[in-house]
Amino acid sequence: MSNRKPETGAFFQRDRQWHPPAYTPDYKTSVVRSPQRALLSLDNTLSEITGPVFGHALLGELDADLIHNFARPGESAIGQRIIVHGRVVDERGVGVAGALLEFWQANAGGRYRHKREGYLAALDPNFGGCGRTITDEDGYYRFRTVKPGAYPWPNGVNDWRPAHIHFSVFGHGFAQRLITQMYFEGDPMIWQCPIVKSIPDKAAIEQLIAALDRQNTIPMDARAYKFDIVLRGRRSTLFENRLEGN
Amino acid sequence: MVQSLGFLKETPSQTAGPYVHIGCTPNFSGITGVYATDLGIAMVNDKTLGERITLRGRIFDGTGTPLRDALVEIWQADAAGLYNSPSEMRGTADVNFTGWGRCPTDMETGDYVFETIRPGRVPYKDGRLMAPHVTLWIVARGINIGLQTRLYFADEEAANAEDPVLQRIEHRNRVPTLLARKDGSTFHFDIHLQGEKETVFFDI
Repeated sequence: MSNRKPETGAFFQRDRQWHPPAYTPDYKTSVVRSPQRALLSLDNTLSEITGPVFGHALLGELDADLIHNFARPGESAIGQRIIVHGRVVDERGVGVAGALLEFWQANAGGRYRHKREGYLAALDPNFGGCGRTITDEDGYYRFRTVKPGAYPWPNGVNDWRPAHIHFSVFGHGFAQRLITQMYFEGDPMIWQCPIVKSIPDKAAIEQLIAALDRQNTIPMDARAYKFDIVLRGRRSTLFENRLEGN
Repeated sequence: MVQSLGFLKETPSQTAGPYVHIGCTPNFSGITGVYATDLGIAMVNDKTLGERITLRGRIFDGTGTPLRDALVEIWQADAAGLYNSPSEMRGTADVNFTGWGRCPTDMETGDYVFETIRPGRVPYKDGRLMAPHVTLWIVARGINIGLQTRLYFADEEAANAEDPVLQRIEHRNRVPTLLARKDGSTFHFDIHLQGEKETVFFDI
């Protein structure tokens, strides 16, 4: 964890035009799962400004290595070896230290290890599909995995998800809690996907596309993709009720 | 031209999808041996201070069908009203209480269950006390951005009546959507995503 003093300010208002709306009928499941009434706006109270923080002691040795964390001893997952890395910052550009990231994905053939999953692509006995890490003092993170495959899903008759990795992110306040998906540079499936297109703004979608990072690619081993994540920023508390922590 | 404020945009949300369990509760989904336990399954231990309670409920879609693939997280103060968070400046929370819980809804019944304690009261921005409450965050397939709401306790009538957040709900007939019903030591709290009984969700 960082030695910086914890911050206590309220978070910047969330830009709901930048995020997908709740009701996106081309993504059919959203139709009966989207609230229809206006959200009640609430400037953050202590209940949203605070949030759980997790220590590095939580992590096991292989938590950030999806190639090996489910594999039998001496074996490894099948697929294109990649490193995903980047920085978690807030909207002010300040690195978020100690942020817990959890990720999950399909295997290289596009198959998830889940009892509700019926796609005919084969399971990889050496791939579980989950991992986690915690950002360092400057907000950096990295993990190793295989590139997930595209897979079909029951929405349209012939809809396919682009290759993606799911991310769950904790910042320092519960109001920063976020789940999103990372896509891969150059994938033509991105622009055909109803879930991607639930986001109205093209620039917002592009914020979810990780760039192929040749500088950090390890020769004869693994390519790198860089994916930065931005969480909500905090207001200064200097002129608010609480003077601490400014 | 003026100076740029230079702020970045928040990373847009995407649905948690049907396989959120793989990443957030792998042991629940049958992926064992990667993490010893799933995060957030235990909020209390035998030394935790406060009144032991169980929170239980289901999440219903617009057709009245319970969601059996959702993930619920809760965040609450300890019995003294303190949060177990570095941003808590008023004191040190009970070290035997995490304040944070995570539960996937049951794959058959749709129930979520938390074993926790009744939270203490926490001050609002202006110093007035809020009624005891639990903050909920709900994600699932078909939910494009996590839903935020609050659980209040129906038996805290006096505190609820003066709660500054509940007071802000214009349509008073919607206040009961945030009240958990007491049944012994269990509080029942169902969430309705749509319809007549749609739960009040917050933009916080």
